[in-house]
Amino acid sequence: MTFWNDPINFIAKWLMDVFSGWGMGEVLAYVITAVIGIVVLILFSMGLAIFLVWVERKVVARFQDRVGPNRLGPFGLVQPFADIIKLIIKEDLTPAGADKFIYNLAPVMALGSVILLWAVLPLASNIYGTDLNVAVLYLVAAGALGTLAIIMAGWASNNKYALLGAFRMVATMISYEVPMVVTLLIPTILAGTMSIQGITQAQGGLWFFILSPLGALIFLISAIAELGRAPFDLNEAESEIIAGFHIEYSGMKFGLFYAGELLHAFTFGGFVAILFFGGWRFFGLEQYSPLIGVVAFLAKALFGYWVIMWIKYTMPRIRIDHMLAFTWKFLTPLAFVLLMVTALLHKLLAGAETWIYASSLFLANIMIGWITVEILRAVGRRQRKAEEHKFEDVHALHPAEGHH
Amino acid sequence: MTAEQIIFLIVAAGIVGSALMVVTTRKLIHAALWLVAALFGVAILYAILQAGFLVVVQVVVYIGAIAILFIFAVMLTRRELRDQGPQVRKGWWVAGLLGVLTFAGLSFIVSQWEGFSKLAAEIPADADTLGSLATALVSPNAYVLPFEVASVLLLAALIGAVYVAVKK
Repeated sequence: MTFWNDPINFIAKWLMDVFSGWGMGEVLAYVITAVIGIVVLILFSMGLAIFLVWVERKVVARFQDRVGPNRLGPFGLVQPFADIIKLIIKEDLTPAGADKFIYNLAPVMALGSVILLWAVLPLASNIYGTDLNVAVLYLVAAGALGTLAIIMAGWASNNKYALLGAFRMVATMISYEVPMVVTLLIPTILAGTMSIQGITQAQGGLWFFILSPLGALIFLISAIAELGRAPFDLNEAESEIIAGFHIEYSGMKFGLFYAGELLHAFTFGGFVAILFFGGWRFFGLEQYSPLIGVVAFLAKALFGYWVIMWIKYTMPRIRIDHMLAFTWKFLTPLAFVLLMVTALLHKLLAGAETWIYASSLFLANIMIGWITVEILRAVGRRQRKAEEHKFEDVHALHPAEGHH
Repeated sequence: MTAEQIIFLIVAAGIVGSALMVVTTRKLIHAALWLVAALFGVAILYAILQAGFLVVVQVVVYIGAIAILFIFAVMLTRRELRDQGPQVRKGWWVAGLLGVLTFAGLSFIVSQWEGFSKLAAEIPADADTLGSLATALVSPNAYVLPFEVASVLLLAALIGAVYVAVKK
């Protein structure tokens, strides 16, 4: 075992040896090593969040035809640290009538629920927190805790805008969790396991994006809704309810929400990469060293994060009734149909050759997408006809109006 | 005492304490949040028993769906989120007595069980508990009937909810 082939276990074994050399028992040495591992993982994700502040500001600037932070350090890389200092020295306000304990707990939980996700995120074939056999469901469970944090923030702030934001968050989360869970089942069926490491390993030949492009798209949409980012950012909707659930938070407490949101977006980029784009796999290069896998994974996750940012900064906010209709009347049935077709084809073509299997699944996805678009077009045409008809009736009743 | 037993005792005390807070606190939202704490404690108990699937389902279903719906309903329906009146009814001692008797009866029945004083068999590390659970749920020799009956019940509840909510 060398550092190049298995860095984490190499360091862990070295640490265990050091602790045993100090006369510690094996169990104690193991527990301390594990705790160090957890702390390092958390520090890594928090450090990443600082970097993401810079990425987000730079990318949004480019989308808006600006330059972004460029004064502090090379390419403005020191800017996030200046932001942090500003957030820390700001006055820490607690609104009158707020429920202090819940008010203070909410931002910690919001960030904590995101860091929980990193426990199952594999950076490479042998660099990961833990390989849960229900990791796919764990993703949903951690999301539930994040929602709880937002409700707590909204309620404890003693502010009607904050409460409205919390209400909207519940509506979004409960509705978009359905298509999300259904699309999570698609990689589960294709790989035959719920373990995220197993799903990555099953994508050795073909990425699941090729077998289920529609599934990847539905997952991305519901992930953005789960994140509460534009176009689904009704829970903070600056122009309607000012800042929604975090309106009363100032200083570093707001900072925790902000860092949590950015890290959450990046983490979901990572999950898109793992579930549909092969995770740490990079055309077989990753077998030379897991460190190449780490770079491949981070690059794919950053790409996913970039797509989420791209959507955020180019789409207007969706009205709440449209948003709910979109998930219940469109995404959920589509996801169920896709799941059934995928499961059926996967079972029927289990013995077939790879290219037949892959092309049938791919074509099935394209067909479902095409039929959906045709149905939407027909419905839209019928609605438009009805509107025109109504308009003609109005003219027939008041013929003089047209001549004003 | 092993480390596992100490963790169990701490978690169990936490669950019982939170459950007591659910019924004694006067703020309804606090009661709901204490309920979340109690349900989370149960999830930790499942984790100690190495039932990973149940841990995650407990958090998804009970915290992610049921508790959040509770909080949502309380915030929507109540103007004053505080309970005013007396916290116990007149016949509270009857309920208390029934509770104690039920607990005593259940403890007695469990103590008669032969596995009561034995340690649970260690689950081998490579055991596919999740796979066995899934097979048991769809196998005609095991739980397929209860499983299907439960899904029909849930479907009926779903249709009923839609029927109640729809405007004629």
